[in-house]
Amino acid sequence: MARRYFGERVRRNEDARLLTGRALFVDDVHLADMLHVAFLRSDFAHARVTAVDATAARSRPGIVAVFTAEDLGSFWQPGPLLVPPPPIEGLVFNPATQVPLARDKVRHVGEPIAMVVAESRYLAEDALSDIVVDLEPLDAVVHLEAALAADAPLVHEELGSNLAAHVIQRKGDYQRARDEADLVLARRLHYDRGASAAIETRGIVAYWDRRAEELTLWDTTQAPIPIRNGLARMLGLLESQVRVVAPFVGGGFGPKIMMFYPEEMLLPWASIRLGRPLKWIEDRQESFYGTTQERGQVHDAEIAVSKDGRILGVRDVFLHDTGAYDPYGLTVPINSQCTLLGPYRVPAYDSEFRAVFTNKPTVTPVRGAGRQHGVFVMERLLDLAAKGLAIDRTEIRKINYLSPEEFPHDHEILFQDSAPLVYDSGNYHPIIEKAEELVGYRQFLDADQPRHRAAGHCVGLGIVSYVEGTGIGPYEGARVTVEPSGQVRVATGVGTQGQGHFTVFAQIVADVLGVDVEEVHVITGDTREFHWGTGTFASRGVVVAGSACYEAAKRVRSKIVELASATLEVAPHDVELSEGRAHAKGAPSRGIDLGELAVRANPLRGAVRPGTEPGLEATAYFGPDRGSTAAGVHAMIVEVDPETAMVEIKRYVVVHDCGKVINPLLVEAQVQGGVAHGIGNAFYEQLVFDDSGQLLNASFMDYLLPTATDVPSVEMGHLETPSPLNPLGVKGVGEAGAIPTGAVFAQAVEDALHDYDLEILEMPLSPNRLFQLMGESTRGKRPTNGGAG
Amino acid sequence: MSEAISISVTVNGQQLERSVEPRTLLSDFLRYELHLTGTHVGCEHGVCGACTVLVSGEAVRSCLMFAVQAAGKEILTVEGLSGSDGTLHPLQAAFREAHGLQCGFCTPGFLMTLLPFLSENPAPSESAIRKAISGNLCRCTGYQNIVEAAKIAAERVGG
Repeated sequence: MARRYFGERVRRNEDARLLTGRALFVDDVHLADMLHVAFLRSDFAHARVTAVDATAARSRPGIVAVFTAEDLGSFWQPGPLLVPPPPIEGLVFNPATQVPLARDKVRHVGEPIAMVVAESRYLAEDALSDIVVDLEPLDAVVHLEAALAADAPLVHEELGSNLAAHVIQRKGDYQRARDEADLVLARRLHYDRGASAAIETRGIVAYWDRRAEELTLWDTTQAPIPIRNGLARMLGLLESQVRVVAPFVGGGFGPKIMMFYPEEMLLPWASIRLGRPLKWIEDRQESFYGTTQERGQVHDAEIAVSKDGRILGVRDVFLHDTGAYDPYGLTVPINSQCTLLGPYRVPAYDSEFRAVFTNKPTVTPVRGAGRQHGVFVMERLLDLAAKGLAIDRTEIRKINYLSPEEFPHDHEILFQDSAPLVYDSGNYHPIIEKAEELVGYRQFLDADQPRHRAAGHCVGLGIVSYVEGTGIGPYEGARVTVEPSGQVRVATGVGTQGQGHFTVFAQIVADVLGVDVEEVHVITGDTREFHWGTGTFASRGVVVAGSACYEAAKRVRSKIVELASATLEVAPHDVELSEGRAHAKGAPSRGIDLGELAVRANPLRGAVRPGTEPGLEATAYFGPDRGSTAAGVHAMIVEVDPETAMVEIKRYVVVHDCGKVINPLLVEAQVQGGVAHGIGNAFYEQLVFDDSGQLLNASFMDYLLPTATDVPSVEMGHLETPSPLNPLGVKGVGEAGAIPTGAVFAQAVEDALHDYDLEILEMPLSPNRLFQLMGESTRGKRPTNGGAG
Repeated sequence: MSEAISISVTVNGQQLERSVEPRTLLSDFLRYELHLTGTHVGCEHGVCGACTVLVSGEAVRSCLMFAVQAAGKEILTVEGLSGSDGTLHPLQAAFREAHGLQCGFCTPGFLMTLLPFLSENPAPSESAIRKAISGNLCRCTGYQNIVEAAKIAAERVGG
């Protein structure tokens, strides 16, 4: 029997390169004659540009060129709309996409105004201060609620208002549900912005080889193929003349798939014009406003429940901050709208949102991509309902869970991929039961918490549910090749940002071909190797590209079996593959190495039979009809220090179901990492803008990422409800850890501060903000604590 | 622009003479002059720790130091950790075993931070490890497996 890697804790193939410093990241690309780029960016969030004078900068030694909007000529065009909105009836969408360099107006702090090209980065940055820009400041649109006021300043005057989109999706009859309800609760909930904060900032190297007439772009992108296709169009080149390489990318988390960032348009253009390679590496401060962000929403939500805890209906009206431009369409707010329904049976849903333009950096998905908001709103409403009806928190969730026989479940609204929101599969009760068991739910409520409270300690528990629509289409592809050496090469289009694709895809292929996993070499993110596909987003890499690897490997297996059968003179069904060989069943010695078969499949003399292809190679594509729905429960125990409002996470439990697990080691690590991101978003990270749209904390000194002393070790449980929508039965997991963290944090902190009777209806918190909320609490009283006070 | 200054440094055991501008950061010197691109730059203001290297045996942030300040000193970068035949250092091997890295961008900084820590603290507690790496940021792993890697390495090397 061949060794099977599916489901094993296989160590990663890519690690040796990363651990020794040999892995290539974009900033490691070094080319002869390379020039360096720096951008002059707006200090104002909203201003008219009246003049840009780069004369002095151009005459500085070492400066090769300075480009302003005027210099771009007909290349100056707004970027493409990346994701057109789904076909929802009555939908209003006003596209306004980003421009390469600001011309008449700047619309957020950090918007690029001029591009300096110099012999070194130091010189390029020196020259920025020589550029004279006349700006006429305008009032800024900062707060969501103020954006649609009649007298609000306009981010895009030509649109006549700051409305970017208006979308209504409904199912059932909410008004009737409300009339029939025993309890109706309404609240306003806020979620504010954070940064994706990949440790590697963005970067680009562009090289136009004028002899080969070929453009090569090394780009920290999650979507090299669409970047290639778009650049070819913009620059009037054949797609085959553009090669985009996303080498090792130091974390993606969503914003590395914005198409196109101004820099992604400008460097290739300038490299062609100057005939030299150019490099631009974003610095950390630039990253805080030059890279897209997420998460500003305000929800007015209402839940209608029966006295036995059944959800009769939910109504949610929300505002979504899309920032200065909306190139990513409605992915984020539609994710919020859809994910709110969670694992629950919601007979009536009335959801309406308006996306608004503000003078802040553009919003595109960041790990979770709007799902956080939906989960936060629903879970908070359920917590309030449970309190109002005196039903246990876990009980109210169980009462409303969809049961296994209700799948596939059609929610009767459209998801972000334009497909109906239909959950493929799920089994939710065992997830929460396992989480209760792991966290010791009853024991905590009945024994531990009373004991802590008696001792004056504010210790609380949170437990919440979520689902995540993952693995959406349209498709990905893969090519699998057995080389004459016997090594196997897998090429796929998705870029990789640390998920472990070099290993997971290798596991899938190694099992099909009966080879050692370390003999399978995966190449991702290089359009020269594979040029069909979309990218790495929406927790879809393994689901969609993994399935394509599987299908391609199966085709190669058929070729191997056919050739081996003829070579070994055994019937095809008697050919077995193991340890890199094809051999007769039960007779390993009667066999042939795959490498030898690869040589025979590509002969130098003789004839290849009609209808056959040379080599042991096959390409396959996989496109699911729709996404697969993963689910989970997060539970946590916290202790709050009432003197400082500091929250210590004592325990964090995640039970999740992402279908079949190919590599538990990597899945657990994705969840752990996601939880860390979620903890940051819940308690440490907030982008603070003042009333003029100025970002006040654009450094790692002021914007706090959680560190090793803030993030606990997550205790995990897995359940497997395979997805019927792909051959591997897998569901995505990349974003899951980060999605329900705000909701569970809020519930746990409320529970810990039971005496204050808080309602936490906003994210992120911070010790300061929590302290403030405790002070405002009408029942605010400090628990008596021995000698204190 | 001020004149270039000649410096002599020992990097990963090799003595080198170079002339550098006084304002050249040590991180840029290592990456772009010596092409030792394993040292990564994440924030350029001394917070993230990705650019950590050893200068005279101590972990320092190479983005907060000028190359000229390293004159006459001995520098160790991540490239100097593994054997000349490519064998991973036990600390690197422990990171692979514990899956202590995802995108790998911050990893060289964690390795260079842990190296002197583990040699001074051969049997550290978990909380000591967490404190030791609390000046290094990682966005992917949630730190747990980095802590595990440090424990494995401590068992093998220290003890």
